[in-house]
Amino acid sequence: MAQPLLVIRDLHAKVEDDDIDILKGVDLVVEPGNVHALMGPNGSGKSTLAKVIAGHPGYEVTSGEVLFQGENLLEMEADERSRAGVFLAFQYPAEIPGVTIANFLRTAVNARAGKGEETDVFAFQATLAEKMALLKMDDSFATRYVNDGFSGGEKKRNEVLQMAVLEPALAVMDETDSGLDIDALQIVSHGVNTLTKADKDLGVLLITHYKRILNYVKPDFVHVMMNGRIVESGGTELADKLEAQGYDWLQEAAAGV
Amino acid sequence: MPQNETITDIGLDEYKYGFVTEDKPVFKAVPGLSEDIVRQISAHKDEPAWMLEFRLKALEVYESKPMPKWGGDLTTLEDTLDQIYFYLKPQEQMERSWDDVPQEIKDTFEKLGIPEAERKALAGVGAQYESEMVYHSLKEVWEEQGVIFDSIEDGLKNHPELFREHFATIVPTADNKFAALNSAVWSGGSFVYVPKGVKVDIPLQAYFRVNSERMGQFERTLIIIDEGAEAHYVEGCTAPVYTTESFHSGVIEIVVKKGARFRYTTIQNWSNNMYNLVTQRSIVHEDAKMEWLDGNLGSKLTMKYPSCYLVGARAHGEIMSIAYAGDGQHQDTGGKVVHAAPNTTSQITSKSISKGTGRSSYRGLCKVYEGATGAKSNVECDALLLDETSRTDTYPYIEIDENTASIGHEATVSKVGDEQLFYLMSRGVDEAEAMAMIVRGFIEPVAKELPLEYAIELNRLIELEMEGSVG
Ligand SMILES: Nc1ncnc2c1ncn2[C@@H]1O[C@H](COP(=O)(O)OP(=O)(O)O)[C@@H](O)[C@H]1O
Ligand SMILES: [Mg+2]
Repeated sequence: MAQPLLVIRDLHAKVEDDDIDILKGVDLVVEPGNVHALMGPNGSGKSTLAKVIAGHPGYEVTSGEVLFQGENLLEMEADERSRAGVFLAFQYPAEIPGVTIANFLRTAVNARAGKGEETDVFAFQATLAEKMALLKMDDSFATRYVNDGFSGGEKKRNEVLQMAVLEPALAVMDETDSGLDIDALQIVSHGVNTLTKADKDLGVLLITHYKRILNYVKPDFVHVMMNGRIVESGGTELADKLEAQGYDWLQEAAAGV
Repeated sequence: MPQNETITDIGLDEYKYGFVTEDKPVFKAVPGLSEDIVRQISAHKDEPAWMLEFRLKALEVYESKPMPKWGGDLTTLEDTLDQIYFYLKPQEQMERSWDDVPQEIKDTFEKLGIPEAERKALAGVGAQYESEMVYHSLKEVWEEQGVIFDSIEDGLKNHPELFREHFATIVPTADNKFAALNSAVWSGGSFVYVPKGVKVDIPLQAYFRVNSERMGQFERTLIIIDEGAEAHYVEGCTAPVYTTESFHSGVIEIVVKKGARFRYTTIQNWSNNMYNLVTQRSIVHEDAKMEWLDGNLGSKLTMKYPSCYLVGARAHGEIMSIAYAGDGQHQDTGGKVVHAAPNTTSQITSKSISKGTGRSSYRGLCKVYEGATGAKSNVECDALLLDETSRTDTYPYIEIDENTASIGHEATVSKVGDEQLFYLMSRGVDEAEAMAMIVRGFIEPVAKELPLEYAIELNRLIELEMEGSVG
């Protein structure tokens, strides 16, 4: 049995200059090749968990541990985590005016390769074109400035494009589905499915509000986060139940902190 | 009409040719400024009498004008002015040895990967070697087209009428204290003339012009682009200009005649003790187009506001600038557009970056005279602060005497955001590179207008300047 991709044990975290924990004891194990859906009401801490995994400096881990392929992730800077194979598709991606997607991604790819091992420009362009085709993106997209003036849907697609190019071992996708119309949702889902098919060991933590995307990207597990903890886990039937009944029936479990 | 305002009486009627060749005094440099020094400069250059007279008059104007009270802090400049040499013969300039060049400057050359021979030239300790051949072959092409590209001294000697017709008509002596000073002691610079309808494809680079003193302390450049002609002039270099002097005050005068197009690109990176006070002005005639592309790095204080006087209908002026203010530096830069004819248009785009104790100010003037119907002007100035201590401010002055004019002004200040940094780092890019990418992106709209090799050098240089701004 291979070691788990991601192990989170009793994770507590807060905003740097605040006293109260936002994450209040998260436990989660993701095995290679598995898709985990993480659902939960607004403000329950899903994005905070995603950002803590990716190494956002604005959050402070107060206790617990996060292991990635057996390594202590919490000791690494955000860029090291990325190079180690962690990817976060942002709920709200930042805009970087003046920096083209092609340039940005090539820099990111080269950062992985290390000094003197930089990828050939033409090889990179071929890869980028291939991934853009997968996501049905126009060629001109590569020359646009990163997220600058993008529509909500374009930003989300750009996140998946980056994931496709950087080929992570673990992808945390924070509400990549929200704000997408049905066509875009299908394209993005197809993209994710293509990636999981191409890399059988790719682990995905799919954060979502809606069951909708789970019709396209089939999760192996579904978890519910409330009030900074995972309060319920199950299979796809859990997503069905949440859709039918909402989160109220879990209030009690959530309150018992 | 503002055109009249810019023309000063320099005694055209009394003008007689005449070179002061006899009785040439042995030149001996002494610090400080005096009538004697001015006479010596003129004599040393074998100038005609009118130029000596012009210089002496300018000296009077300089002495009568008070130090400007606006812009940057000039309080210590007066002491500096007492100590500097207002004129050095080329030989004296060259006497400096490579060993005298400060280590930090040498290091920067090293990091920029500038070839050995060129480093020495940039540091003012030798001539330009390789560029000489390039220049000569280009010069042949230009000469066939009737293009004149010479040192300002040769311009005066070889094309006296053309020279005198335009010299000091765009920046009159009395324009400001430093224009007056330059008028009194100018030395070095370029003289350019592009004849009617001639299009010069290869940028005229001051860099190639080897037969003159490099980048004088009081450089003076005069450029005349005749009707329907097109050219691009490039001055300066991103490598730090090392001089032992601590004061630079240039005057650049440009005439863009009817239907002509001209771009003046300059990137300057001064050593940190330098006061850099430059007057750059253009007169733009009917249907003509003038563009200033200006990059300012280094110096203690730079005050520089390239300007376009749009005096003919449909004239267009554009000023694009990038300023970087590092520790202890003040970049007081911007632009000036004067609309004095109908349907004239202008655009100012200013980008500044400040770090540490650095400060950048945008100072701009947009003036629309009555009768300049349908004039349009747009100003966009963006400031980027790299940290909590750096500072930026804007001083936009708008004077509109014409109610059909339309003026837009937009100013933004941004800090390199934590979310931007995290976003880039979450893709595996380290913090220093992430910071550099954000800065490169910020200046991109202006930097992309630069000749490629300049854009690359500028980016590298800003990265060097930013070293240590992280962590
Ligand atoms: N940077 C922050 N500063 C202050 N409060 C924050 C910050 N990030 C998250 N929070 C708070 O933490 C809680 C969880 O937020 P978040 O993780 O974004 O939830 P979700 O993604 O599940 O909607 C919310 O109450 C939110 O206001
Ligand atoms: Mg969220």
